Amino acid sequence: MGKFAQTFLNWEVMAQYAPKILEGFWVTVQLALAVVIAGIATGLVLALARSFRVKALNLLIVAFVDVLRAVPPLVLIIILYFALPTVGVRMSGFVSTWLALSAILASFAEEIFWAGMLAVPHGQWEAARSTGLSFLQAMRFVVLPQAVRITIPPLTNRTIAITKGTALGAVVAVGEILYQAQSAYSFSYNPSPLTLGAVAYLILFIPVVWFGRWVETRFAWKR
Amino acid sequence: MILDVAGLHKSFGDLEVLKGIDLKVAERELVFVIGPSGSGKSTLLRCCNRLEEPTSGSIRVEGVDIMAPGVDINAVRRRIGMVFQSFNLYPHLNALGNVTLALRKVLKKAKAEADDIGMRALVRVGLGDKAKAYPNELSGGQQQRVAIARALALEPSIMLFDEPTSALDPELVGGVLAVMRQMRESGMTMVVVSHEMRFARGAADRVVFMDQGRVLEEGPPEKIFNEPEHARIKEFIASLNG
Repeated sequence: MGKFAQTFLNWEVMAQYAPKILEGFWVTVQLALAVVIAGIATGLVLALARSFRVKALNLLIVAFVDVLRAVPPLVLIIILYFALPTVGVRMSGFVSTWLALSAILASFAEEIFWAGMLAVPHGQWEAARSTGLSFLQAMRFVVLPQAVRITIPPLTNRTIAITKGTALGAVVAVGEILYQAQSAYSFSYNPSPLTLGAVAYLILFIPVVWFGRWVETRFAWKR
Repeated sequence: MILDVAGLHKSFGDLEVLKGIDLKVAERELVFVIGPSGSGKSTLLRCCNRLEEPTSGSIRVEGVDIMAPGVDINAVRRRIGMVFQSFNLYPHLNALGNVTLALRKVLKKAKAEADDIGMRALVRVGLGDKAKAYPNELSGGQQQRVAIARALALEPSIMLFDEPTSALDPELVGGVLAVMRQMRESGMTMVVVSHEMRFARGAADRVVFMDQGRVLEEGPPEKIFNEPEHARIKEFIASLNG
């Protein structure tokens, strides 16, 4: 037990590197927020675009979404960060991680929103249109509010799963929690900073998980 | 004429559901459309506000050709109230919210005015005390009356009813029919697809019998119900009386 504490719960090392982990914490918060906002917004826009049922456009959307759902996030980050500079496109580790995760979240979100829209009974469209609402008004005031409620549970789960992928930014030198924890580990020859990093992830994501649970009950409604 | 349908054809792929329908409905008239299932009654109704796109023919509502290119279909639709078999209330809005949505978003009325009109429509269907109730808190009959109020609130010139009582438990049918009877007495022009023959006998000005996409016979209810020219109609009515 003493050995375990010495190795993984070394207070001295933890105190020394806590400021670095905190720095990483804020980078993770920024990156996660940016991914959630861009990913969900883009996913919603793609699903709305798909609802117009323009064949060529929908083929493009489905192709984009299918490819991105199949590619591992790390592969995409590496392509953006290491491969694109060879064709003259350079971006920071932060931006490439943000772009990769946002695009992947957008793809999953699009599919989830789309399934939610299809799950709203056709009669809802007909009732709305029969009172003179335009397509967009019916979408906005009748279909979307119901679709969003249906999508909340799968969407929160998926969002949490993908947002945790911000840790992959460590590979392309984004100074987020895992990166800070790893470099502290290699400087100190003691893995306690990794424990601290794990705690930082819990502090960040447990409230998000709870928030997801709260939203699910808040927006559930009896049929 | 409030509604003037002429030579209406509608096909779904190879299946021709309407094979040339002519139907005129005058102001304040209540026209009842009956016929076996699959005869095209609902499709006819749904073509009248272009929820289904007619294949050919003409439809005029208050003199406006609603199939003309460039016609503002949303403007046409708010003049035509429609009531569905499955009510189709918006589950995320309460009764008043259901009734006022189009008032606010289509007619652009302020919230206070829309609420005022909406409340009056709910009172008309006997549900003034249910304004705050959500659809899942209402019985089927109450839901259908809210749906009627939703259509009525827009002050349509004609109301279309697509089997309004078919999804209701028998003891809830009466309340919906009472509201429809009261609408008729206040002079609303109505086209009703339904199997409520007793209601038809009592309230309809004219009964249209449809069979296989055509109007087989039409006339006053006594004529259609008691001495139709076609044996087919006699059989159908006998089968309903079971």
